[in-house]
Amino acid sequence: MRRFEELSEKKLGWKSLPIGGYLLEPGSAMKYKTGDWRAFRPVIDQERCVNCLLCWIYCPDSAIIRLEKFVDVNYDYCKGCGICANECPVKCIKMVEERR
Amino acid sequence: MVKVIGLTGDEAVAYAVKQCNVDVVAAYPITPQTIMVEAFSEYVHNGEVNTEFVCVESEHSAMSACVGASLTGARVFTATASQGLALMHEILYIASGLRCPIVMGVANRALSAPINIHNDHSDMMGSRDCGWIQIYAENSQEAYDWVIQAFKIAEDPRVLLPASVNLDGFILSHSMEGVEVLEDEEVSKFLPPRKPVITIDPTKPVTVGALCLPDYYFEVKFQQIQALKEAYKVIREVNKEYEVLTGRKYGLLETYAMEDAEAAIVCLGSTAGTAKAVAKELRKNGKKVGVIKPWIYRPFPEEDLIKAVGDVKALAVLDRACSFGAPFNALCNDVIGTLYRHGKNLNVFNCLYGLGGRDMTPNDLKSIFNEALEVAKTGKVKEYVKVVGVRE
Repeated sequence: MRRFEELSEKKLGWKSLPIGGYLLEPGSAMKYKTGDWRAFRPVIDQERCVNCLLCWIYCPDSAIIRLEKFVDVNYDYCKGCGICANECPVKCIKMVEERR
Repeated sequence: MVKVIGLTGDEAVAYAVKQCNVDVVAAYPITPQTIMVEAFSEYVHNGEVNTEFVCVESEHSAMSACVGASLTGARVFTATASQGLALMHEILYIASGLRCPIVMGVANRALSAPINIHNDHSDMMGSRDCGWIQIYAENSQEAYDWVIQAFKIAEDPRVLLPASVNLDGFILSHSMEGVEVLEDEEVSKFLPPRKPVITIDPTKPVTVGALCLPDYYFEVKFQQIQALKEAYKVIREVNKEYEVLTGRKYGLLETYAMEDAEAAIVCLGSTAGTAKAVAKELRKNGKKVGVIKPWIYRPFPEEDLIKAVGDVKALAVLDRACSFGAPFNALCNDVIGTLYRHGKNLNVFNCLYGLGGRDMTPNDLKSIFNEALEVAKTGKVKEYVKVVGVRE
């Protein structure tokens, strides 16, 4: 899991950013990692996951990754809304506070 | 041979803009700026310039059109005053935020209400924190000279910020004086076509003005802070180059009779001219007074001010705009902040004057100088914010 702090640290500072907030590369929205907006991080107990995919359906940010026997979270984009944890029928998703 | 022609302040600005080979002018007329765009539209009509003149329906649109044009890499000019500048307010921040080196002539005029068309600095001071380079001219000659220099400063890749050239409405905008002008070729050589850093170009797509959230906004704004700091250096360089060309010496501020002065007035624009004349008169009677006139208000000429103040014991700072409810008015706040920051402890008082075009007479200035001398002598400020020329 990529750490939340790393994500923020990787963002460019004023010296290396293009001036005026310009985006010089078209179609680059995927490169904008929004995971550091999170206040809480969903942590999935994959042993207990029944792979029902309700979280995958409900996630408003398409941040649930489908694997063969269970799901995972894409922490680059997950904003920590907690809908997945709320919908999980076996309650195997825990929301853990991010620390700054 | 030096060419001198009779020009009002507004005409001097238009004449300079004509010589700067501007690609786009988008403007809306407003007193007392009207002559700038009126005179310029004649140049367009007569085919004397190769400029796209965009007639817009408001100043908000004028500045918006200027931003768009500037993003394509064009050299852009506009002009306004008073309510027009107030209407542009939100786009002023976008122009500086998107790093558009637009140059704007402002014939300073009071803000409504009550409605008034005459001079004070409420309009530009109202947009003081918009991130533009802000220049104040004392006369038509300075307005002409600063417009040409403003383009060069604004377009420098180290700066890339818009610049406003302010001249006092009516006092300068409508008064004719002899202005030494350059030949067109001289200006073209001094100010070659703009070399934009990033432009909007369909073959190389970029996104301009994208949403910038808490994780990036501050960095982008900090770049602007740095760019204004860089501007100090660029302004000095451009002034030096302009001096070689014209023999006229410019800087961040001008001083008059400051060498051995005991008290001085700090003021912007045309009032400095009267203040110098009064100081000259007072010096004949052995009164050691001087004048400090910031040409550049933003970025504020801190170092130069400290140097100019020297061993002066008292300063009277004159403001032609009211910062309602503030401890001091805008210019005085900046002066006191600068003195404090550089550990200079001297007595300063503020004079609010000339709102809505009320004259600042030589007699008014004489009594301010005398009060400043008294403060210098006694070391005591009688009144921290003095209001000059208002009836009880």
